[in-house]
Amino acid sequence: MIERSYETFFRQNRLPHLWCPGCGNGIVMKAIVQAIEKKGWSQDNTVIVSGIGCSSRASGYMDFDTLHTAHGRAIPFATGVKMANPNLNVVVITGDGDCTAIGGNHFIHGCRRNIDLTVILFNNNIYGMTGGQASPMTPLGKKATTAPYGSIDRPFDACKLAEAAGATYVARSTAFHVQHLVKMISDGMDNAGFSFIEALVQCPTAYGRRNKIGDPAKMMAWMRDNAVMKNAWDKLTDDKKNGDKFPIGLFYKVTEETYNESYKHVRELASN
Amino acid sequence: MSAKLMQGNEAVAEGALAAGVRFFGGYPITPSTEIAETMAKLLPKVGGTFIQMEDEIASMGVILGASLAGKKVLTASSGPGISLKQELIGYAAEAEIPAVIVNVQRVGPSTGQPTAPSQGDVMQARWGTHGDHSIIVLSPWSVRESFNLTVKAVNLAEKYRTPVILLMDEIVGHLRENVELPTADEVEVFPRRTPKKSRAEGYQPYEPDEDLVPNIANFGDGYRIHVTGLIHDETGFPVGSPKVTENLIRRIHEKISRADDIIEVQEIFMDDAEFAVVAFGGTARTAYEAVKLCRANGLKVGFVRLITIFPFADKIIYELAGKVKGIVMAELNYGQLVGEVRRAANGQCPVKLCSKYDMTIFEPEEIVASIDELVKEVSGS
Repeated sequence: MIERSYETFFRQNRLPHLWCPGCGNGIVMKAIVQAIEKKGWSQDNTVIVSGIGCSSRASGYMDFDTLHTAHGRAIPFATGVKMANPNLNVVVITGDGDCTAIGGNHFIHGCRRNIDLTVILFNNNIYGMTGGQASPMTPLGKKATTAPYGSIDRPFDACKLAEAAGATYVARSTAFHVQHLVKMISDGMDNAGFSFIEALVQCPTAYGRRNKIGDPAKMMAWMRDNAVMKNAWDKLTDDKKNGDKFPIGLFYKVTEETYNESYKHVRELASN
Repeated sequence: MSAKLMQGNEAVAEGALAAGVRFFGGYPITPSTEIAETMAKLLPKVGGTFIQMEDEIASMGVILGASLAGKKVLTASSGPGISLKQELIGYAAEAEIPAVIVNVQRVGPSTGQPTAPSQGDVMQARWGTHGDHSIIVLSPWSVRESFNLTVKAVNLAEKYRTPVILLMDEIVGHLRENVELPTADEVEVFPRRTPKKSRAEGYQPYEPDEDLVPNIANFGDGYRIHVTGLIHDETGFPVGSPKVTENLIRRIHEKISRADDIIEVQEIFMDDAEFAVVAFGGTARTAYEAVKLCRANGLKVGFVRLITIFPFADKIIYELAGKVKGIVMAELNYGQLVGEVRRAANGQCPVKLCSKYDMTIFEPEEIVASIDELVKEVSGS
């Protein structure tokens, strides 16, 4: 019998979820609670903060204090929660549109402050909730309702963005690589500071269908065939890093003082 | 405590601390910056937190997160910054999160005249964010009252779990007066509402209490609540039903409209008044001088100062309009709150607008001239 201890981390009366058949969001949501379980975090002492969009509806299904904020604003709200009560573990759930378009400024400043949050970006390459518009992470040439002839906007690499902006833990995984995904998230939770994990998810309804990538299984097979572990990726020559190939794994990790720690010094200086 | 010379903006910061505010998120903007600067200096001394955010949207987000985690919170801005804050002011109204937003008004629209006074945001204070919502708006006319009304704003935000706008203007924000502030134990503070039931007893975070206000738990208190900007029922979870939608929108209006401790109006020389000048904020100072000049000339003019702007003092203005021959509404804009005064007066007497929008403040004589014109118009008819 399969161990399903993670089910206690869900609000069973709020399930089933609203995601489409074949959507990858549920896989990432489960990976998050498995990482929390692995960490041993108390449900009464952990806050899940999300923005707006398909991925951000996850907060409602998870049995913690949960905060479904406004579009793009999860990181500022989460910053307030963490600064007001540093004892709380704070996890942010966001999407590619939520995090890198409307919330882009908050994202880079959260990284810059090294506020102790674990931010998981569900990257489905599209605005799913509104029906398939191009996001800042829609690949070049891919179709969306607002890019009917293919996107000409160069996409963000959110991991490079996070690293450059000052995040102290940066990793990527996919809905196919479930065990790896859980590890990337729980390692991120181990890091005191701003931890960013991009989780690639399939969106068969709003992205796959329009781009003729196929059904959910084919989209996951694409992840399997094109994701390259960081160590192997680094050994590839540039001409081999072509086509749809992309790296997954831990990209960056460094120990820096968290924002809460820094503010403790401010309080000491102010009191003297 | 001995008297101290300070600005209106500094008095706001002092009032916030006295009321128990321990978290401020902000972004620099003239003419409100001194509030953030004072909070940056004082909050860490009392174990509080000041954070300068990347913009005014984030400044609102960070204080709402901190409020949900149990802190009393405040932010301050002006003109363009207040426009940016509107999105999450609506979130605070919908999700019923206590927060105080200070607007030190300057001339707009847009960048306008950043260092010059105005009262051009008065209707924005009521309706700036989208959707049906209620809100409380208070406006001080002195440095000492800036302290008092900040305390009142924080208390009302906590009591009614609503955003409260402290509507300052550049006149009062940058005015320096000698003030004697009360000691901490002299200030009445409304504590954060707490759940009256346990989870086992069927606690629902958005179940209204007798005063229609819910007792929402703080994050980390073990209640595992859900907070959303979607229309939700008593459980806090989104529901797509007409009944739930209607109930929530009605309740967030009625919890404020039913309350009897929000509306505050000051009346001077009203006992025998035949005419009245209505004003608020910094303009009320000039209006009061104008009323005194009229009185010196034997004209029976009274002075009515709106301390609470919203919810609007409908009943008080209706009764006033039934008593006097005419009202002058003086405001530092093209004519905004005059519409509310006329609505409440309901045609019982003429309501004349005394308006100014040239980046300078009123001279008492300008308001006297308006009163004289009104007197002529009324006696000529």
